[in-house]
Amino acid sequence: MHDIAAGYINLDAITILYLFGVGFVGGLVSGFIGSGGAFVLTPGMMSLGVPGLMAVASNMCHKFPKALVGALKRFKYGQVDVKLGIVLGVSAEAGVLYGAGIQEKIKTTFGDAGSNLYVSVAFVVILATVGGFVLYDAWKTYRSGNANTEEKAGKLAKWIQSINIPGTMVYFKSINARVSILFTIPLGFATGMMAATIAVGGFVGVPSMIYVLGAPSLMASATELVIAFVMGLGGSLKYALHGMVDIRLAMIILAGSLFGIQLGAIGTTYVKPFMIKVVMGVIMVIVLFSRGLMVPVYLSQLGLIDKLGDSTVKLLKTSSFAIMIFALLLGAFIVLRAMWQGKQAEKLQHAAGALEHGEV
Amino acid sequence: MATGNAKKKPVGKMFVMGLISIALYALLLARQDEVNAIFAKGGWYAFLPIITAFVFSFVHGNFTGDFWTVLGVEAARKKREVK
Repeated sequence: MHDIAAGYINLDAITILYLFGVGFVGGLVSGFIGSGGAFVLTPGMMSLGVPGLMAVASNMCHKFPKALVGALKRFKYGQVDVKLGIVLGVSAEAGVLYGAGIQEKIKTTFGDAGSNLYVSVAFVVILATVGGFVLYDAWKTYRSGNANTEEKAGKLAKWIQSINIPGTMVYFKSINARVSILFTIPLGFATGMMAATIAVGGFVGVPSMIYVLGAPSLMASATELVIAFVMGLGGSLKYALHGMVDIRLAMIILAGSLFGIQLGAIGTTYVKPFMIKVVMGVIMVIVLFSRGLMVPVYLSQLGLIDKLGDSTVKLLKTSSFAIMIFALLLGAFIVLRAMWQGKQAEKLQHAAGALEHGEV
Repeated sequence: MATGNAKKKPVGKMFVMGLISIALYALLLARQDEVNAIFAKGGWYAFLPIITAFVFSFVHGNFTGDFWTVLGVEAARKKREVK
C-alpha cells in the first residue's frame, strides 16, 4: 500500500476551502434533484493531485452519508419512497459492479485514452437524449401553464403500470400503483452502470422513475437519495477494502455538502415540481457540452484523428472543466432563486390570509 | 408579529452539535497521518472510514440542519401535496 500512501495530498487552508465550497454547491444541487456534484468533485480532486481512483473512492465516501442526511430530511417532507429506493438501490449496486468491470476491460484493452473516450461518449449520448428530453418536458409544462397542477404519469408509465406479471408485482407509494420488479431491476441496473461510468447515476435514475415508472418529480428526486445511499455505501466499502479512501477529503467535502443538502431539500418545499426537471435538464445539457469538448482530445490520443497541439489540448481541458463548474453553479443559482421566489410568495399569501381574518 | 405556534429555535442543540463537529474535524486533521496510515490498510480496517462517515454525518448533519432552522430557513409551512 506504499504507492497509495504516496497519493495523500497536503491539505492547506485554500484546498480545504475549495473542497468545502464545491461540496456545498454539489450538496445544494443534490438536495434538490437527488444527485449532482460528483461530476465536478472527482475531476476537481484530481486537479489537486489526488490519484484518479482515490478521487473516485473519496467522492463516494462523502456521497453516501450526504445522501443519507438528504433522504432523512426529505422523508420528513413525505417525499421519499423507501421501498422503491431500496429495490432500485440494490439492482443499482449490481449495475455499479458490472459497469466498473466494463470500465476495467476497456482500460486494459484500449488504455486510459480509450477509457476516457468511452466515459465521454457515454456522457454525451446519455445527456443529449435524457437531458434534452427532461428539459423539453419542463419547457412544455411551463408553456402549457399547467406548472401548478399535479403531475400525471405519461403514456409509457401508464403502459408499464398496466402490465401484470404474476409473482413480480410490488406496490410503490410514489407511483400509487403496482409495478413488476422485472421493470424496476433494469432501471436500477442502468442507474448503477451510469454511476460507475459517469459518476452520476441520478441522471438516469430520476428521469426513469418519472417517465418510465410514473413517479412525481419531487418523489423521484428524493427517492434517488436512497439509491445514492445504497450505491455509495456499497461502493465505499469496496474501495475502502483496498485502502483507497482519503477520509480527510471525503469528510471536508461532506462538511460543505451537508450545509448544501439541507438547503436544497428545504428548497424543494417551495418550488413547483417542474423546477426539478428544469434544474436537472439544464445541468445535463451544459455538462454534455463540457464532455463533448474532451472527445477530440481522446480521439487524438488514440490516433483516430490528427494529433492536437499541446496548447489546444490544454485549452479544451480547461474550458471543459470551467463549463462543468458553470453547470453546477447555474443549477445552484436556479435552486436558490426558485426557493427565494417561493418564500416571497408564501409570505405574501400569509399576509393576505392575515388581512382576510382581520389580524392586522 | 409573534405567532402563537412559533417553535422554539434549537440554539442550544446547534451549539452542542457544532462544537462536537468542530472537535471531530480538529481531531481528524490533527491526527491525519496516523488516520491515513490506518485507513490505507484495507481489509477489516475498511469499516473505519465507513463508521467515521456515519459519525460525522450524524453530528454534522444535525448541526447543519439546526443551523438553517436557527437562521429561519425552514421548509414551506404549507407542504406541497405529493402523492
